[in-house]
Amino acid sequence: MQILNKETNIDFLKLRKLALALSVLLIIGSLTSFFTKGLNYGLDFTGGTLIEVGYEQDADIPKIHEQLDGIGIEGAIVQNFGSASIVQIRMPQQDHIENAVVGDEVLAALRADGLTVIKRDQSFVGPVIGEELKEMGGLAMLVALICIMIYVALRFEWKFSVGSVIALAHDVILIIGFFSITEVEFDLTVLAALLAIIGYSLNDTIVVFDRIRENFLRMRKGSSEEVVNTSLNQTLSRTLMTSITTMLVLLALFFYGGQTIHSFAEALIVGVLVGTYSSIYVASPMALLLGVKKEDLMPPEVEKEGEEFDTP
Amino acid sequence: MFVNQPNQQQLPINTYPKWKYVLIIVVLALAFLYAAPNIFGKDPAVQISGLRDTMVTQQQLDQIQKAWADEGVTPLSIDLATIGEQGVNKVIARFSKPAEQLKARELANDVLNPTLENQNYVTALNLAPSTPRWLANLGGEPMKLGLDLRGGIHFLMQVDMDQALKRQQDQLRRDFIDTLTEQNPSIRGRVEPIENGMLLSFRNQEDAERAYEALFKAHADRIDLQLSEKGGRPIIRGTLNKQKLQEIKDHAIDQNRVILSSRVNSLGVAEPLIQRQGADRIVVQLPGVQDSALAKQILGATASLEFRLVNEEADVVGAQNGRIPPGNKLFDTEYGPILVYDEVEVSGDHLTNATATYDPQTNEPIVSVRLDGEGGSKMTRTTAANVNKRLAMILKESRPIFDIVDGKRVLVGSELEERVISAPNINGTFGSRFTITGRFTEPETRDLARKLRSGALIAPTFIVEERTIGATLGEENIQKGITSVIIGFSLVLAFMLVYYKLFGLVANVALSLNLVMIVCVMSLMGATLTLPGIAGIVLTVGMAVDANVLIFERIREELRAGARPAQAIDKGYGHALSTIADANITTAIAAIILFAIGTGPVKGFAITLFIGILTSMFTAIFVSRGIVNLMYGGRTVKKLSI
Repeated sequence: MQILNKETNIDFLKLRKLALALSVLLIIGSLTSFFTKGLNYGLDFTGGTLIEVGYEQDADIPKIHEQLDGIGIEGAIVQNFGSASIVQIRMPQQDHIENAVVGDEVLAALRADGLTVIKRDQSFVGPVIGEELKEMGGLAMLVALICIMIYVALRFEWKFSVGSVIALAHDVILIIGFFSITEVEFDLTVLAALLAIIGYSLNDTIVVFDRIRENFLRMRKGSSEEVVNTSLNQTLSRTLMTSITTMLVLLALFFYGGQTIHSFAEALIVGVLVGTYSSIYVASPMALLLGVKKEDLMPPEVEKEGEEFDTP
Repeated sequence: MFVNQPNQQQLPINTYPKWKYVLIIVVLALAFLYAAPNIFGKDPAVQISGLRDTMVTQQQLDQIQKAWADEGVTPLSIDLATIGEQGVNKVIARFSKPAEQLKARELANDVLNPTLENQNYVTALNLAPSTPRWLANLGGEPMKLGLDLRGGIHFLMQVDMDQALKRQQDQLRRDFIDTLTEQNPSIRGRVEPIENGMLLSFRNQEDAERAYEALFKAHADRIDLQLSEKGGRPIIRGTLNKQKLQEIKDHAIDQNRVILSSRVNSLGVAEPLIQRQGADRIVVQLPGVQDSALAKQILGATASLEFRLVNEEADVVGAQNGRIPPGNKLFDTEYGPILVYDEVEVSGDHLTNATATYDPQTNEPIVSVRLDGEGGSKMTRTTAANVNKRLAMILKESRPIFDIVDGKRVLVGSELEERVISAPNINGTFGSRFTITGRFTEPETRDLARKLRSGALIAPTFIVEERTIGATLGEENIQKGITSVIIGFSLVLAFMLVYYKLFGLVANVALSLNLVMIVCVMSLMGATLTLPGIAGIVLTVGMAVDANVLIFERIREELRAGARPAQAIDKGYGHALSTIADANITTAIAAIILFAIGTGPVKGFAITLFIGILTSMFTAIFVSRGIVNLMYGGRTVKKLSI
């Protein structure tokens, strides 16, 4: 079986202006949403207390609210979590109760009238931790981008390096935009997913670049545009295949992996889609825009013995 | 960089030399061997270990086994770990049923810790992997499960460094004043606190210069001194140097870690984790513990130290028979029973430091103790009036109480425990600085200094993060993790088989071996498997296919371009190699950064992702090529099933 059973010859670059416009539009939308609406940060980032409890029968949410008010808890969010008998209660930092004991007090209040309440999960995150985590996340992202940029510059050429990093930044911004617009909870695992996407999307881009480099050396006559277009076509079925297999496992994680990694899987699904698009429509056109040409990619002079050496 | 495989001109196309096959088979055999412990289950077990270097003696072991035999509890096996001269310091006994395990623990506890005063052993319930002995002897161990998969409590404790620094600052103030008054003639000046140090101001330049010299001589090892002028008066800034600041912080963290360890030990938790994280935090993980309120009570309880006089006149033998004089308490100590007055002479709050050191004259190991000013004057009063009596140092700690409810061992409360850690003779009058001597060995002085410090609480801790994962949620997470791995994996296998036919099958074999190798490496490294870790494995499976896809697409391309099948295989693998390496290295960069910067769940994900990248390169490049070579190598091939 083959998805593309013949050599394709799609003129990807014809659409590059349209793609550029679309990307710019999406980036503006994402950034606008991020700066105006922000992200629905999870407990990891906001700090506060989260407690997940199971009842023997369906949970009575209004009553839980009453019980929480009774012990002076402010700003609690109570919602069903996966089933009618399981409830998740999320509370911001409390002014009147010491944070470390909020969870225990809530549990005691819920059990006060003799109902069996099973504690499934309880977390408390102090305010400092959340702030640190945001800083850590930003730093990790930045360090990853810089390291990758250096690696690509060494292995290929600076124009490719810039092209790939722009594509990566594009992916990250769009995923953050997605989380901002849909208000899906942004927790620590989503941050990990974002970094994984940087790796994944780059993987795609590198494969295309590798082929472009090879074709520049092989297709003596073609213009830069033709070389890039041919390369994109040649790698297309691989790009699609890998996206499909990765997507298959991600769907399995999304539907069967449980609540804890739901956001993680969601971020990766969006990331794979965006990453696949960007390695075709962002990275290579960017390198072209920067004026990449055959001379940039001629291999360095190689020693006579016919072996390759590490470039210093 | 990446060199294409060396030409093997002697060999026909698409054949591997024999050594390569041998290598592949050896690596895979090892992978299967060390992944194997994970398929065996776990037995309920009782883990017995001695606290504070106490050994379990052969006699005690015999007693325990007799107690078990009397009650009809038969262990499946008994493992002894770390055998020393006086006994063993860890015993693991496996049982077939949890009910037996509970009973066995109670019985063992009765033998080892007969009285509340003398609790020197931890008896904990555990799940011990039932890895066959021969495999365990080869170092085979199953992966550890993270808290999110087995249930338990995670705490992140912050050490209050400001407090530790403040104590040192107070100390500095006294030291400076001491140094200046010791001079002849003594130097007068004003002392006020500044950040990490003290600011001294003097009436004239001469005083300031003499002070500078004196202070430099006395404290240059820990203080940065700076002579200058402010508002027309000469001043000296004396601040703790970087080295000293670091030492204070390390001490504070270390002290708290020791205190937390001893408390966690008293909780009887198997495999707890107490680890420093970053500059001023400590992670505590208690697998299997569910009651966070009580756990917090135990961890947060402050130990306190008291200096109390020993009653030398009273009749100790009579006291042992129940005639304890009022206002006294009987203690069992390593020097035999002693009676100690209830009245506290000096409390541990006044202790600023206790360090193990050597007597400059005799070179004997001693403990040097420092008290603050108030403690010093109290001590002077006490010692002046009681020369040649003994001074008991008593550590008070809360100890958890357990009970068996519904066949489960639960924490029901805590009680205060008092212990005499030392009772040296008062040889003369002393104040805020004194030493404890007593034919100690060096490890003994270190231990004593640590115990004294643990009662002083140099820097308090508070909880900044807490996660309790219920046991049911842990089981659900494992279930869901395994389900998603199986489903995702099967989908990919099916898809590859349909899409690449025979070559798809080869990729599937490589993919399955990859999974075995990930499990093997994680088990060998002792890495902890968490839910994000499982996600990392699933993701690796999806991405590991990529290497094979790259190769197969290349082979198809070569075929379309008119290459003969054998050549298409050779070129396909050859050309794809550097692309695969580049693509994987960039992902590895992301994984390394995640590991370096991230904590907790992010780290777990990064580890599996990184291991997966390495193993997938091996399986996709060498193993799949090896199989293809076996099928098509060394003969004329007309058509490829791809």
